[in-house]
Amino acid sequence: MNGLVLGGTYALLGIGLTLIFGLMNLVNFAHGEFYTLGAYVTFAAAALGGAHFFLAVAAALVVGAAAGALFERVLLAPLRDESIDTTMLVMIGLWIALQNAELLGWGGVAQSIPHPFPTAPIVLGPVSIAPLRVFVVLTALALIGLSWLLIQKTRLGTAMRATFQDRETAALMGVRIGRIHTATFAFGSALAAAAGALLGSTFIVNPSMGDLASLKAFSVVILGGLGNLAGATLGGVILGIAEELGAGYVSSGYRDAAGFVIIILVLLLRPSGLLARSERIG
Amino acid sequence: MRVLAAALGALALLTLPWWLANPYHQHVVIMAGIFTILALSLNLLLGYTGQLSLGHAGFFGIGAYTSALLALRGGWPFWLALPGAALTAGLAGYGIGRLALKVRGAYFVLVTISFAGVISLISINWMDLTNGPLGLPGVPAPELPWLSFRTKRAYYYIVLAAAALAYLVCHRVVHSRLGRAFLALRENEPLAESVGIDPTRTLVAAAVISAALAGVAGSLYAHYTRFVSPEVFLFIYTVTMVIMVVAGGKGTLSGPVVGAVLFTALPEALREAMAWQWQMLAYGVLLILLVFFLPRGIVPTVAAWRR
Amino acid sequence: MATLSIEDLAVGFGGVAALAGVSFEVRPGTITSLIGPNGAGKTTAFNAITGYLRPRRGRVAWDGAALTGLRPCDIARRGIVRTFQKTSVFPALSVRDNVMIGLHVRGHASVLAILGGRRAVREEEARLAAEAESVMTFVGLAHRRAEPASALPYGEQRLVELAVALAAQPRLLLLDEPGAGMTGAERERLIELIRRLRAGGLTVLLVEHDMRLVMGISDTVIVLNHGRVIAEGPPAAIQAHPDVIRAYLGTAARA
Repeated sequence: MNGLVLGGTYALLGIGLTLIFGLMNLVNFAHGEFYTLGAYVTFAAAALGGAHFFLAVAAALVVGAAAGALFERVLLAPLRDESIDTTMLVMIGLWIALQNAELLGWGGVAQSIPHPFPTAPIVLGPVSIAPLRVFVVLTALALIGLSWLLIQKTRLGTAMRATFQDRETAALMGVRIGRIHTATFAFGSALAAAAGALLGSTFIVNPSMGDLASLKAFSVVILGGLGNLAGATLGGVILGIAEELGAGYVSSGYRDAAGFVIIILVLLLRPSGLLARSERIG
Repeated sequence: MRVLAAALGALALLTLPWWLANPYHQHVVIMAGIFTILALSLNLLLGYTGQLSLGHAGFFGIGAYTSALLALRGGWPFWLALPGAALTAGLAGYGIGRLALKVRGAYFVLVTISFAGVISLISINWMDLTNGPLGLPGVPAPELPWLSFRTKRAYYYIVLAAAALAYLVCHRVVHSRLGRAFLALRENEPLAESVGIDPTRTLVAAAVISAALAGVAGSLYAHYTRFVSPEVFLFIYTVTMVIMVVAGGKGTLSGPVVGAVLFTALPEALREAMAWQWQMLAYGVLLILLVFFLPRGIVPTVAAWRR
Repeated sequence: MATLSIEDLAVGFGGVAALAGVSFEVRPGTITSLIGPNGAGKTTAFNAITGYLRPRRGRVAWDGAALTGLRPCDIARRGIVRTFQKTSVFPALSVRDNVMIGLHVRGHASVLAILGGRRAVREEEARLAAEAESVMTFVGLAHRRAEPASALPYGEQRLVELAVALAAQPRLLLLDEPGAGMTGAERERLIELIRRLRAGGLTVLLVEHDMRLVMGISDTVIVLNHGRVIAEGPPAAIQAHPDVIRAYLGTAARA
């Protein structure tokens, strides 16, 4: 069951990144930092601001989206025609800057987010689970569902899919590529922030939590195939469950290697990911 | 005129321990030398073949650990441990090079990061081999029967020689048909293939040479600090290397040298004034600014001004 | 002298058959042109012959040996060099460096020899530099040798492409729309160069839309439509061929 908690949030991270990476051809090293940002916003709102927990989580989403839109406009839009190496370097810079800004702002001490759920676990047959975790899973599922709806059913989603498949034609058909980029980055960052809010509440919040989150997000994206929403969802769940199951067998030090190993293995054996449909040319 | 400047520069380098007597400054120079080798090696991949390898700390670390282990466990003298480190790192480079065949661009970056990550985790967890987080202390300094290189002054000359050698190797490669093949792959791979350039062999060659040089730097580092721990795999080292190459000027030979000297001296100079996090924050911002305002790096920009 | 023979070559993307079973021969020492309306499969044929695309079916043989399944760089080493439809140079490098890269297979310095700085390497470099000069002079770009390829006007960039391809010392040269975008004078130059190449023993296969160029220099013309060969023969016969005229009806041939 804990695997689902992890899996759901990994899926959120993965969906956000697969959209950004896939649609914008951007290696978003700063993805984990939006995750951290979400956690800290929730912390700030709930612990310091005294806001209700649910409001704090919602705030994380909003701030994530806003920050994403801001950084995209300022840093990425001017570089849109540059090569992937250039944008990669910018994202690395953003990653380092954000993380250290957070270190300076909040200090290195871990924080925990107060929440209104009772700590006594709910017992359902053989499974006992804390109510907070139920909330996390449900929220994650809700957000995943919302993402699906957005991509499949709305005009924005259609425009995003069109841009992903064939940018030039989409532009010719009147899609405002710039706006789509901003929207995609904002959306992906919002999801990352939500994941941060959820996992940050379950565990703890510290400035370097984003690094592992980034790694796992990339593993999920590669596992599921670039730009593939279903793949990212599935990949996230698989990674989450695999980590939980593996915790019993493998020493915790090597647990984090799972993400790295997945990346290497998948790229070696099945570069287009588990569920990839589209043909790779060249 | 240029010959005169070069001669003066060489003289200054050869006599450095005398006019720069402060041991702390000498330490900075030695570190700059080691990082010069690292930056030059990364430049072969980043600047010339156009492959962004973010796992270079992995080759550096492999070199450091190999050298340390050969010396500590195997009793090898430094003069053999260093080539051993270069060979091992080169082998790792071979593996990465073959991997690069299958994936390019962003995926290659992710694979290199993962490679460094896995190696890092192994070094932390495989206690029997690497002593884990405790590290390997007591790595012996280089020795000849009549001379020990324990002092900074003596070690400086080893690093100087190694850096000069690394520069020479890079110079030879870059001005050869192999170096042209690197550039061809970077500029237009399908066109390169159409005239018979084999991307496999070329990228593997680049990776092996690059990794071996990084391994040399690792070995030099291990026998200088005389202590090796998993910290050598910290991503910050890779990022520093990348900044050195990008700021100095990727795709040039003197760019990485300039970048290495600058970004070894600068943090040391600022160490008094700022906490480590402020420095990192500055690095992050600097990287962004570089991309926007100085995309080609210092050396090419200066060269363009002078024209 | 070697012949290029294509047997029943078929290439498909998804459900579309870009080439539906094409067979023809390119005889040594001749200039053969491949023409046809847009989408007929001409560049696809080039890509399949030179290893950039894997065919679904069929065989490509050169000098008796099969080429199908080989990588582009291996095919190039056997003496078959192609140019690309979209201008393809090494943009940031000088014209001279572009041509030096073309000379890659003409050099043999090993990695170890390069690292060791052996004299043989230096001598080879000097020889290659001289070769580069003569190739640049042949196409008429020697005065541009130091300029970055991307800075050259379009027509000259196409000459750089040609120079790079020639530097690789091909026995069979595949030119993909070499005259596209050129001025009349440049095209005349090009025709002259191709004629001189044939006189030197080079076999040329070219794709072109400019009918004047095609009919002016070709020994054989092969016409593709919808992925099939619909006619083959000397220019005069092709110009009068009813199927060819029908295929082009509605398509204005650039004269």
